[in-house]
Amino acid sequence: MKIHQHDVLVVGAGGAGLMAALYASKTANTAVLSKLYPTRSHTGAAQGGVGAALGNLEEDHPEWHTYDSVKGSDYLGDQDAIEFMCNEAVQAVYELEHMGLPFSRTPEGKIDQRPFGGHTNNKTGKPVRRACFAADRTGHMILQTLYQACIKNKVNFFDEYQVVDLIMVNGATAGAVAIELATGEYHIFHAKAVIFATGGHGRIWEITSNAYAYTGDGVAVTLRRGIPAQDMEFFQFHPTGIYKLGILITEGVRGEGGVLVNDLGERFMGKYAPNVKDLASRDVVSRAMYLEMADGRGIKGEWYLYLDVRPEVVNQYAALDGRRRPDGAPYVTTAEELLHKLPDIIDFCRTYLGVDPMTQPMPVQPTAHYAMGGIPTNKFGQVTIDENWTVLPGMYAAGEVACVSIHGANRLGTNSLLDLIVFGKHAGLNAAEFANGAVLQPLPSDAADFARAQFAALLDNSGAENAMDIAMEMKKVMMEQVGVFRTEVGMCTALEKVRELQERFRHVRIGDRGKVFNTELLTIWELGNLLELAEVTAASALARQESRGAHAREDFPKRDDVNWMKHTMAWKRDGEIELRYKPVIKTKYEPKERVY
Amino acid sequence: MQVTLKIFRFNPEQDRKPHYETYPVEAEPTDRVLDLLEYVKGHLDGSLSFRRSCAHGVCGSDAMRINGRNRLACKVLVKDLGSKKITVEPLLGMRVIKDMIVDMEPFFEHYRSVQPYLINNDPPPRQERLQSPEQRERFDDTTKCILCAACTTSCPSFWANEQYVGPAAIVNAHRFIFDSRDQGAAERLKILNDQFGVFRCHTIFNCTEACPRDIQITQAIGEVKKAIATGRID
Repeated sequence: MKIHQHDVLVVGAGGAGLMAALYASKTANTAVLSKLYPTRSHTGAAQGGVGAALGNLEEDHPEWHTYDSVKGSDYLGDQDAIEFMCNEAVQAVYELEHMGLPFSRTPEGKIDQRPFGGHTNNKTGKPVRRACFAADRTGHMILQTLYQACIKNKVNFFDEYQVVDLIMVNGATAGAVAIELATGEYHIFHAKAVIFATGGHGRIWEITSNAYAYTGDGVAVTLRRGIPAQDMEFFQFHPTGIYKLGILITEGVRGEGGVLVNDLGERFMGKYAPNVKDLASRDVVSRAMYLEMADGRGIKGEWYLYLDVRPEVVNQYAALDGRRRPDGAPYVTTAEELLHKLPDIIDFCRTYLGVDPMTQPMPVQPTAHYAMGGIPTNKFGQVTIDENWTVLPGMYAAGEVACVSIHGANRLGTNSLLDLIVFGKHAGLNAAEFANGAVLQPLPSDAADFARAQFAALLDNSGAENAMDIAMEMKKVMMEQVGVFRTEVGMCTALEKVRELQERFRHVRIGDRGKVFNTELLTIWELGNLLELAEVTAASALARQESRGAHAREDFPKRDDVNWMKHTMAWKRDGEIELRYKPVIKTKYEPKERVY
Repeated sequence: MQVTLKIFRFNPEQDRKPHYETYPVEAEPTDRVLDLLEYVKGHLDGSLSFRRSCAHGVCGSDAMRINGRNRLACKVLVKDLGSKKITVEPLLGMRVIKDMIVDMEPFFEHYRSVQPYLINNDPPPRQERLQSPEQRERFDDTTKCILCAACTTSCPSFWANEQYVGPAAIVNAHRFIFDSRDQGAAERLKILNDQFGVFRCHTIFNCTEACPRDIQITQAIGEVKKAIATGRID
């Protein structure tokens, strides 16, 4: 077993981890460990843009961005943190540009911006161009640019190391335990501060846009160490995943004028969001799609709808909506312009569906996309461990794994990339500052034992259960019962099923007994993480007797601000889930009915 | 339909030499080869090892040889192969660690050697550096690279000498050399004018054919060669 010593340890090398590493390494000895090569991280799959009120094409203000995000969160986001993020956004985007990010450009040479769901001109209520983009591969360009900047700054990477435990001593953070994939060896990373930036857990659901790697490792590891998981019932279903595959089709398609259409050829979003129609926020659009499909208006009666971005269709609806270019001219687009702005999604459709979006509509269905919930933090990136905001010294989290909460019950598109760069940066800065004033906690002699015991249990059982079957059953029940719409009966069914699967998981069969790249063992450990989080998600959802943002209950269809404007905190103690609650931080925005 | 997967196998803890295993699998024509590999791993042999993450062609994890050509397993469908026999092997020219997993470190070393980051020593303005859409378009193609290594490991010059920096590194150098905001072109061109640099390319076009992102790699390499020869970047 090898022991490493650093001031700051970053776990995860997507947008948040790399940003944290860049900033922490300016003043502190920093190491980054990641189960993937950094450029494989899921940030790279983000497409449409990063939100910032640059106002490059029309009037916009960070205050408008703040209000839109508070409203988008269905008033569950903490308003001080949202305001902080939206104010920081402008500088953060310029900083990415200075690092070299190849944003698409306006004719004047500025960063180009497009409309996105829920982002509005607060005076007119109409969509505003706020999403700063690099074609439809903005996340790819952020990931590449940050990795390049890390190479330039000689950041210290441990690639293909799987985090398996957090080390805590005397109520403070002392490091993390990881397995080196190439050797199967345990490594202790002894550190003064640890930043978890391990991403989300969409692999709980059957139809998802999420990478195989998105298995909730960070939340599962901290949960096992007594740290709660916050707001886990809020998981975003993105309206437009490729039918059956779940692959993301960016909201930028609708930003460029694409529309959702049902089997009658009707552009149905006007019924659900009369002002912004197809550019309502994601929870609203996904629900509208479900209702259309449940009423038999899916295409050919099946469980999908069309996303139509054929130029003539875009132009027809742009004329009906009175949409205009920044210079006031009517919005008329061409296939050439769309191909230039959306090359990747056109490639995905051609590759996976044999559909050319310039001449045919795309079959889409809602796809599990983003975890609003996660490890609770304050706006400084510090992990908090109870409903009183008590900080765990030396422990930080940023990005999708964290719940600050800026996304509340529903995240607006473009705010996840923004979250990564703003809170990644501040977690890095704050962790380094903490480490520079702290001493290393003494390492316990049994630092790796807890993780070793988990893996030993997996290897020692002589069961006959198949891990892939268990995974499929979990995904199916979560999709059906803890998806876009939920009921008490359904969630009870899901919870019971997940607990049954957890029991069967203890008897899962493992064929590979080797040490070198034992991907079977690691994948099964990841499945254990997903099962933990599926249970917490279902239990948190079952308890919340209202509908808010992404949590829509048929049996409690209204939002209940009197009883439920509060964050869920879930612990798992001795095999039982314990739920407590923490008030939402409200500054100047009173909750009101959410209409788009 | 039933397809037969013939998969290269090597487990360093058990095998002295690699061998092939054959697995019959039920497949839909629209299945990705990655889906079939996942099926084999999940139901037939858990020890089968390969890298994967995004499963839709943007993360670059699962480049491998499929029926003799470098592809991303997640971006090639059964029907695209036009054959019910599918052979899956690791990338050529890299040390095989286990099954499809190869040692990527030398590849990333070549990548790092070309200074793949923006060099601009002027203090940045308060807002963005301006760049016209035409200037931005100049290097658009090479920003698409996902570092999957499909190009470099399809290149006969790289097979002949692994010290050759390779197409992927040149693509990433190109991305900065032709960026109007960058000031490091001269240094990069000097690096690429080395004996293991850009002139090892003999315009065979394997890289361009292998690229899952459709980057015109041979053209990009040609532009770098021209910049070295003329001392001009345009």
